[in-house]
Amino acid sequence: MTRGGWTFGLAMLVIVLAGFLAPHVLKNPFYFFAGYVILQYVVIATGWNILGGYAGYINFGAAGFFGAGAYASAFLFNAFGIPLWGSLIAACVIGAGLGLLMGYLTLRIQGVYFAIATLGLVIILETIIHNIPALGGARGMVVYGPPPPGWAAGPPQYMFVLMLLIAVASVSLARWMQLSWVGRGLRAVRASEDAAECSGVPTLRLKLLACAVSGAVLAAAGAPYPFYTSFVEPVTAFSLIIGLNAIAMPLIGGTRSWQGPVIGALLLATTQQIATITISSELNILFVGVVLIAFVALAPNGLIGLVRRKGTEARL
Amino acid sequence: MITRRNFNRLAAAAASGLAMPAVLTGRAFGQDKPIRFGASISLTGALAGTKNGQIGYELWRDDVNAAGGLLGRPVELVLLDDQSTASNIPAIYSALVDVEKCDVLFGPYGASLTAPVMPFIKQRDLFMIGMFPLAGNDQAKHDKFFHSAAWGPNSGTDWARGFFDLAKSVGVKKLAILANDLEFSKNAAVGGAKVAEEYGMEIVFNQSYPPNTSDFSTILRNISAANPDAVFIGSYPADSTAIIHSVREIGVPDSVKLFGGAMIGPQYGSLLSSLGPELNGLVNCHLFSPEPTMQSAEIKSFFDRYVPRAEKEGVDPLGFYIPPFYYVAGQLAAAAITGAGSLDQAAMAQWLHANKVDTIVGPATFNEIGDWTTRRVLMVQIQNVEGNDLAQFREAGRQVIIDPPELKSGDLIHPYNKARAG
Amino acid sequence: MTQFDLFMNVVATGVLLGSVYAAVALGLAITFGILHIPNIAHPALVIMGGYFVVHANRFGVDPLIAALVGLVPFYLLGMLLYSFYANTFERRGRADVLQSLTLFFGLSLVIEIILVLAYGSELKSLTAPYIGSSLRFGPLTIPSRLLVPAILGPATVGALWLYFRYTNSGTAIRAVAHDERALSIAGLDPAAIKRQAFGLATATAVIGGAALAMIGPIDPFSGRFQIGRVFAIVVLAGMGSIPGTLVVAIGLGIAETLIASYLNPAWSPGVAFAMLLGALALRPQGLFGTVR
Repeated sequence: MTRGGWTFGLAMLVIVLAGFLAPHVLKNPFYFFAGYVILQYVVIATGWNILGGYAGYINFGAAGFFGAGAYASAFLFNAFGIPLWGSLIAACVIGAGLGLLMGYLTLRIQGVYFAIATLGLVIILETIIHNIPALGGARGMVVYGPPPPGWAAGPPQYMFVLMLLIAVASVSLARWMQLSWVGRGLRAVRASEDAAECSGVPTLRLKLLACAVSGAVLAAAGAPYPFYTSFVEPVTAFSLIIGLNAIAMPLIGGTRSWQGPVIGALLLATTQQIATITISSELNILFVGVVLIAFVALAPNGLIGLVRRKGTEARL
Repeated sequence: MITRRNFNRLAAAAASGLAMPAVLTGRAFGQDKPIRFGASISLTGALAGTKNGQIGYELWRDDVNAAGGLLGRPVELVLLDDQSTASNIPAIYSALVDVEKCDVLFGPYGASLTAPVMPFIKQRDLFMIGMFPLAGNDQAKHDKFFHSAAWGPNSGTDWARGFFDLAKSVGVKKLAILANDLEFSKNAAVGGAKVAEEYGMEIVFNQSYPPNTSDFSTILRNISAANPDAVFIGSYPADSTAIIHSVREIGVPDSVKLFGGAMIGPQYGSLLSSLGPELNGLVNCHLFSPEPTMQSAEIKSFFDRYVPRAEKEGVDPLGFYIPPFYYVAGQLAAAAITGAGSLDQAAMAQWLHANKVDTIVGPATFNEIGDWTTRRVLMVQIQNVEGNDLAQFREAGRQVIIDPPELKSGDLIHPYNKARAG
Repeated sequence: MTQFDLFMNVVATGVLLGSVYAAVALGLAITFGILHIPNIAHPALVIMGGYFVVHANRFGVDPLIAALVGLVPFYLLGMLLYSFYANTFERRGRADVLQSLTLFFGLSLVIEIILVLAYGSELKSLTAPYIGSSLRFGPLTIPSRLLVPAILGPATVGALWLYFRYTNSGTAIRAVAHDERALSIAGLDPAAIKRQAFGLATATAVIGGAALAMIGPIDPFSGRFQIGRVFAIVVLAGMGSIPGTLVVAIGLGIAETLIASYLNPAWSPGVAFAMLLGALALRPQGLFGTVR
C-alpha cells in the first residue's frame, strides 16, 4: 500500500470512529436526521461519478437505481423479515444487474444514447412497480423497521452511523477504482474511446464494470431509505430531485476524482438542508439550476478544477 | 442562552410526561414566550396546490392572538417547506422539535408525507393534528394523533362510502372503477372496490391509468362497452379535467346513474370555473359546500377573510377544500391546550379524546386513534351551473349535498345523462 | 359499438396523439438530430410556449393565432440561447456531452421556476370555441380538442420539410450537420446557421406548447413527463429525419393507445422506452437513419 493509501485508510477509520462517538457528544437528534440525508447524497454522488465522472457516461436515472434499492429492501423486510444488512446486499446485486442491463443495451453506441436510455429507466421501473400489487403499487408500502440495536442512541443515530459506513465503503471503492487499472482504462475511454480501443483497452468490459459498480452503489444508497422514512411509494422513491442532485453534486465538486463528488455532495446537501429550515421557496430549486449553469459555464471541472487550474493544465 | 437551553430541556421532559408537572414549565419559564406551533407545508413540488392551507393557519393564529392568545401566551407559527418530498419529512420534524423548539405539531399534507412522521411522534410520544392523511394512523395507532379532516373511522375503506350508499339507493348493480396511479386515488379505488363488494355490486371494469394521461376517449369507450350502472373515479386535477372533457366528447351510456366519486379538482375554483356547465351532474366528494345545511357565521367570516388573501397570493380563490381544515387544526390544538390547561402532550390528547370541540366546520369528536367519530365526507352533485363565472360557486344550489343524510340539501338527479343535460 | 369500431377509434386516437407528440418532438429533432445538441430543456421550452399561448388566451386571443405570433419571440429566444451555448462551449472546442446536458438541465429548472413565480403552480387551461365539441365520421368520434392540435404536428412537419428542402438557408442547416468546414470554405458562417436552426427549433416549442395546452391543462412541470418520450421519438426516427419524426410519433401514439385499450392503461408509459431500448439494442441508427 502506498503512503497515500495509508493516510486515506487512517482518515476513513477516524471518520467511522467519530461517527460512532458523535451521538455521545451531539445530543440534538436533528443533526443525525440531516446528517443521514447529507451522507445519502455523498453515496449517490460517489456512485454516479464512477460512471459519469470517470467514464463520461451520464446517467439521468440515478433515481431509478436508488428506488430499486429502496424497494428491494422494503419488500424483503416486509415479506421475509430480512434485516437491513441482507437487503443491502440484495440491493447492490439488483443495482449492479440493472447497471449491466442498461450498459449492455446502450453502451456499444455513443454516450448520449446511454444518457437518453437512463431517462427512461425511471419511468419503466415506476410503471413496473405500479403494476405489481405485492410492491404496493401507487399506494406505497409502510415499513416499520425493527428498533435500533442497544448501542445506538436512537433511530436517527443508528441510521446515521449505518449510512456513514455505506458512505465510507463507497468512497473507498471509488478511490480504488480511480487509482487502479480500472480508473486508468476509464480515463482513456473518456479521452477517446477509439484510441483506447485501438491501444488494447477492453473498453466495453470496463464500461460494463463501471455501470455495474455505479448501479450497485446507487442502489445501496436507497436500501436504508424505507427504514428512514418508514414508507416507500413510487413518486418519492424515484424522485427527480435524486437524479438532479446526483448530477449536480459531482459537477460542482469536480468529476475527475473521488474527492469531487464528496465535496459537492457535502456542500450542496448541507446548503439544501439549511435552506429547508430557513429560506423555503421555489428559489431553492432555482438556486440549484443557476448553480448548475454557472458551473458548466465558468468552472467546468468543478471546485477542484477551479483550485487546481493554476497547477497542472490539460491532464487527461 | 443557558436559561433557554434549560427551559428547552424542561419542556422536553414535560412533553414526555415524565419528570416535571407541565404547569411549572409553562408558568415559571414561559410566561411571555409565544407558544410555537410547528408544521411542514408543501410550498413547492407536486403538492404545492395545497399551500393555500397556510392561509388557514395564519387566519387562525391571528384570531387566537387577537383574542389574547392561549394560556396567556401569544401564538407563533413555524412553517417549513417539505417540497412535497417524503424524504425531507423526518429531518423537518426533528428540526421543528429539536431546533425550533416547537410546542405543538401539525402534520404535513396527505398520507404519503404523513407516514414518515408517524414513527417519530410515536417514539417521542408527541401530540399531532394530522392534515388530510387517509387512514393516517390506522397502522401506527398513536394515541396522541388527531385528524383535522372529517374522514371518519376506518377511512381507508370507508371515506367514500357515501358514493356507494347513493349507488345502492338508486339500484346500481354493475360498477366501473377507474383510478389514477397515485397514492390518494389508488387508495380510493381499492377502498371503493371493497365497499362495492360488500354491497353486492359487480365490478365490471377496474383499471388504473398513469399520471399525466391526457386522453381518456379510449378508456371511456372501454367503460361504456362494459355497460356499468355507475362509474367511480379517483383522479387528480389535470386528469379530472381531461375525463370531463372526454365525457362531453364521447358520451357515456344512458345506463350510468352515478358518475364521479373521488375526483380531486372539481373542488377548486380554477377547475370549476374553467369547466363550468360541463360539470353538471357530477357526483363527487367534498369536505365543505356553501349549502344552507353547512353555513354558519364563523365559516362565512373565515371565507370573507380568506378570499382577498387568496386572490392576492394567487391560490385557490374558493378555498372550500383545504384551508378551513387548517383553521380547524388550529382550533383543535387550541381547545386541547386550553382544556388541558397546559402544553402537556398527554393531557392535551386526553382532553381531546374526552371532549367535543366546536369548529368552524361543525362539532368534532374523536375515537381512540384520532378519527372523527362520524364520517363527514360530503357527496355533492354539481347542478344548475351556467357559464364560467366563478362567483356562482360561492352560492347555494350549485354543489348540492346529497349525502350524508343529516347535511342533505337537495335531491340526486339521475341518470347521469339527464343530470348533465341540466 | 362493435369490436371493429372500437379498434378503429383506438387507432384514430393514437394517430391524433402521435401527431401531437410530433409537434412536441420536432424542435428536438432539429437541435439534437441535426445540430447534435442534447437540448433536454426543450420540453420545458414547450411548456413555456404553452404558457405564452395561455397568457394570450386570457385576452381572448385564439390559441392558434397566439401560437403563430409566438413563433417570433421564441425564434429570437432560441437564437439567444444558442449564442449563450456557443459562447460557453465553442471557445473550449467541442462541447462535452456531460456539460451540455447539465447546462440544459439547469436551464429547464430555471424555466420551470420562472413559470412558477410568474403564474403559480396551479394548472392553467385554454378556452377556445372548438374545445369540447367532437366530430363524427361514421363510427369514429373525433374530439376537436385532439383534432386541432393534431393538425399542428403534420402541418409544422410539412412546413419544415419544405423549408429544409427548398430554401437556401434550409439546405445550409442540413449541410452544417454533415460538414462544417466545407460550409465555411463556401463562405458561410456555420455559427450563424446553427443559431438560426436553434431559433427555428425553439420556435416550434410554441406550437408544441399550444397543442399540449389545448388537449388539457398544463402546469410548469408538465414538460418533465415529455422528456423521455420526445427523446425516444427523435432517436427512433433516426436523428434529424423530419418526416421520420412524424411517422415514429404516430406509431408510438398508436402503440400507447392500443396497449391502454387492450392491456391496461397503466402499462402505456413504458411503451416509448421499451421501444427505444429495443431499438438501441437492435438498430442503433434508428428506423429512418442511415448507418454512420
